[in-house]
Amino acid sequence: MSRRSHSSVAAKRRTHALVFAALGDATRLSLIGKLCRGQPRSISQLTQGAKLTRQAITKHLRVLETVGIVHSVRKGRESRFEFDPEPIGGIKEYVNFVSEQWDHALSRLKSFVED
Amino acid sequence: MDSVIEKRVELKAPVSRVWRALTDYREFGEWFRVKLDGPFVPGQVSRGQITYPGYEHVKWEAVVQKMEHERLFSFTWPHPKSLDKKDAPPDYSGEPTTLVEFRLEKTANGTLLVLTESGFDRLPGDRRLEAFRRNDGGWAEQMKNIENHVSKNHVSENHVA
Repeated sequence: MSRRSHSSVAAKRRTHALVFAALGDATRLSLIGKLCRGQPRSISQLTQGAKLTRQAITKHLRVLETVGIVHSVRKGRESRFEFDPEPIGGIKEYVNFVSEQWDHALSRLKSFVED
Repeated sequence: MDSVIEKRVELKAPVSRVWRALTDYREFGEWFRVKLDGPFVPGQVSRGQITYPGYEHVKWEAVVQKMEHERLFSFTWPHPKSLDKKDAPPDYSGEPTTLVEFRLEKTANGTLLVLTESGFDRLPGDRRLEAFRRNDGGWAEQMKNIENHVSKNHVSENHVA
């Protein structure tokens, strides 16, 4: 492994550590649980069913926003919050995983048709 | 920006041989490692059971798109949230899919096979979490705990506080 990829792994781990620190809280985890299903939610929607006030929920959302795992988007008069998995695992990593599976499958196909 | 997988493989076998290996459901099953219920038919769902060691509990489900004789074979398939035994979904209906295409071209020595898979940007965030779990062993257990926690909290929201 090259020095460069070593340091990029280290940088990645630092980012992960910050993200996990931000996630190390029951309220914030439950907010992520609601957001990772894909649809942006407003603060009112996120406050529904929770025992916390709007202000408290907002404060937690800001913490998640700081590490980049949540983004707010303005829609009309209210902000909506959406989940962004990029800091912990981009779609690229999933594509790489699938790509490796294809390498294995195609090499099995190769032996299958060439034998 | 869509992510696309593209693989080009030179096969020392005639196009007709490769076509059969791709489109005969029994032959496909041999190298792909899946036991399919029946032949591939364009527009129809193909079902079966993965035979790859360790993944025998995973169901195969795809919708055959095109079968252009000895040129193009394509299907769409889902990317379930998790391949772990206890999390495996009972069925894949409503799961977002990607498009897999196999293109064949005759060459001097045999066949050029070009495989593409596209549509990953349609997959929701939790697939990315899964990829993260698979690709970074150190955090795998941690991620699992978080997921368990999140799903528990999702069921009874009144734990927040």
